[in-house]
Amino acid sequence: MIALWYANIAAMLAVYVVLDGFDFGAGIVHLFVARTDAERRQVLAAIGPVWDGNEVWLIAAGGTLFFAFPGAYAAACSGFYLPLMLVLWLLILRGTSIEFRSHLANPLWRPFWDAVFALASLFLAVVLGAALGNVLRGVGLDGTGSFSTPLFSNLRPGQRPGVLDWYTLGVGVFTAASLAAHGLGYLRWKTSGAVQQRCARAASALWTLVAILFVVGTVATARVRPELFSSIAARPWSWPFVLIAVSGLVAAPIAHRRGAELAAFLGSAAFLAGTLAATAAGLYPVLLPSAIDLRFSIDAEASATGEHGLAVGVVWWTSAIVLAVAYFAYLFRSLRGKVAEPEAREGF
Amino acid sequence: MSSAADALFWHRFQFGFTVTYHYLFPQLTMGLALLIVVFKRAALRGDERAGDAARFWGRIFGINFAIGVVTGIPLEFQFGTNWSRFSQFAGGVIGTTLAMEGVFAFFLESTFLGLFLFGEKRLGARGHFAAALALFFGSWLSGYFIIATNAFMQYPVGHAVGANGRLELSSFWSFLFNAWALWEYAHNMSASVVTAAFAVAGVGAYWTLSGEHRETAAINLKVGVIAGLVASVLQIFPTGDAQGKLLAQAQPATLAAMEGAFKSEPRAPIAIIGQPDVEHHRLENPIYVPAILSFLAYGHFSAPVRGLDDIARDEWPDNIELLYYAYHVMVGLGTLFVALLVIAAFLLWRTRLTRTRWALWALMLAVPFPYIATTAGWLTAELGRQPWLVHGLMRTSAGTSPLVSAGDTLFTTLGFSGLYLVLGILFLFLVGREIARGPRAQGGHE
Repeated sequence: MIALWYANIAAMLAVYVVLDGFDFGAGIVHLFVARTDAERRQVLAAIGPVWDGNEVWLIAAGGTLFFAFPGAYAAACSGFYLPLMLVLWLLILRGTSIEFRSHLANPLWRPFWDAVFALASLFLAVVLGAALGNVLRGVGLDGTGSFSTPLFSNLRPGQRPGVLDWYTLGVGVFTAASLAAHGLGYLRWKTSGAVQQRCARAASALWTLVAILFVVGTVATARVRPELFSSIAARPWSWPFVLIAVSGLVAAPIAHRRGAELAAFLGSAAFLAGTLAATAAGLYPVLLPSAIDLRFSIDAEASATGEHGLAVGVVWWTSAIVLAVAYFAYLFRSLRGKVAEPEAREGF
Repeated sequence: MSSAADALFWHRFQFGFTVTYHYLFPQLTMGLALLIVVFKRAALRGDERAGDAARFWGRIFGINFAIGVVTGIPLEFQFGTNWSRFSQFAGGVIGTTLAMEGVFAFFLESTFLGLFLFGEKRLGARGHFAAALALFFGSWLSGYFIIATNAFMQYPVGHAVGANGRLELSSFWSFLFNAWALWEYAHNMSASVVTAAFAVAGVGAYWTLSGEHRETAAINLKVGVIAGLVASVLQIFPTGDAQGKLLAQAQPATLAAMEGAFKSEPRAPIAIIGQPDVEHHRLENPIYVPAILSFLAYGHFSAPVRGLDDIARDEWPDNIELLYYAYHVMVGLGTLFVALLVIAAFLLWRTRLTRTRWALWALMLAVPFPYIATTAGWLTAELGRQPWLVHGLMRTSAGTSPLVSAGDTLFTTLGFSGLYLVLGILFLFLVGREIARGPRAQGGHE
């Protein structure tokens, strides 16, 4: 039961990164691939109807973590107090920029919100990546069940590290590059015209960067948290995740070169989802490792709620997720096809 | 103040501020979702003015919804950031409804908001009506899960204390359908309809007074006044009344503090006005109506009502003055709403409303007051729950994050204040612009 909830939350986070990831990516690249106002509206029309639903996966995953593992939710949210607040502020700015940008046809208003959208998307990608880095590296849990972290200390992942050190920042940069490549794939698939061509041109350079960072990141992770890889090696059921991640990484740039737009997007989705699934599989049953001593780590068992709640939860959670998948299928079906430049006049 | 007391104050202040600010937006969108369905249904039957009104309010809905979403996200995480001991203690129970809100309501809402804003032309009239209906359903469902969460904190049921000392669910259904939640929900949702109805009627009154968009203004006035009258009556009876009776049973200290009742007595009077003097345990300058409090709380005039003097001092709400004023502001405004809307409905029935300038002025200037009444109502609920975080189970002072200091929280409170000030200015600017452009403007975004 506890393993099931661990897997549910990991799956929700993976879906979140794949879905919100493409609109983060679109935000990071849109200043470069969309130059005119009409082109920028085209980008916003491609993500406008879906970004909010994508972000709901984060809220839903947060709520599910709160309910299933209240101990971990409490420790993580309070331990990462300041960085989490920064994330919340950036999410506010980003949402505002998407929704309000096209309300006014003013030559200062729109570029201003475009820049806010780009910067908030970029910083969020780095910070969320750094959050993943923190979960891998561990935090200063000392056996009391709570911790607090400075934003940064000496930039080294030691026993009492800051939120930002060379390792977590590196994971942040890797994440930003991966999401940018993912967003590029989405825009290439959903748009036409000049935006699409610029996305196609930028794809292979960006994917080369992602591949290099992935190798560097894997080596760095092996140094900072070697247990992750020994766990994956010892758990044959987790190998398919690794395979999915690697094949996505290989397939995406190849598909881009051949002009197979949907395949390229699905490749990057597989890369992101596979990487996260393999990471979760390697971490299990730990939710948040301690950098001081692994015995102080917060694990699923100790932080889970009671049996009855978890058992009833399986029923409502499963029904809700089936519904959510149906809504998304219906939404994406309704929005099928490409967003052409002139069409961007209505709606977003 | 000790540093723990200092931190407690700022944690409470921050959560109170962010949740109050956030709720300025959903209280309109939930009620408005219902009224948009009403407009769109009339439009489906061929009423073009109703179609214009639906499109106009759809744009206002979009702006409100966007701010509601971005200011709502922090709240999902503030339970953990600021109240980690509470989250650890009660998360297994209240996390259930918060997670259910995410997976049941937010997915529904966000999907159909995307489709709704995507446009009437592309979805067709019926498809667009269906999207509006789904949006209404999703937003009201979301409201229920939040109310059920709050109801557990007010009146915990369906839980057990686990081996590790934390609360866990013992009966899902009694937790989800807590009697407290059902009345609180009814009261809260009709309040939301009151806010939306006053906004709709107020904009109708503004357009009529400025001689613009007369036809759309007229249907705004009609729908706003009728919906507002029904909802504001429901506010008092049965929903407000039923909540008062629940309070008398489950939170006698709260009821006594709200009413400024210090002495226990049969045939307890109700104070229409007066200032609580907590130090001397009395009301100053009260105007009493005899035996009414007994009747309202227990259904008969001779029933004894427990006063604060019969309740241990450490179970008194910790800010009796603010609680008392908030409650009286809520009740006073609620009564004025009924009075104003009865007059407006009478004028509407006699087809004189669009020519009665003073009534139009009153309706236009009344728009902010339901927001004040709702905020005062939530202050009553939340201050009334003190000193408890989960009534009878955990004190508020025991729920904070132990390692998050007063200074950290003050810093982020200032950050939120600045950001929310900017959002508020943007909101007023964009909504003011929509009202000035009127109901026939092309597209919310050009």
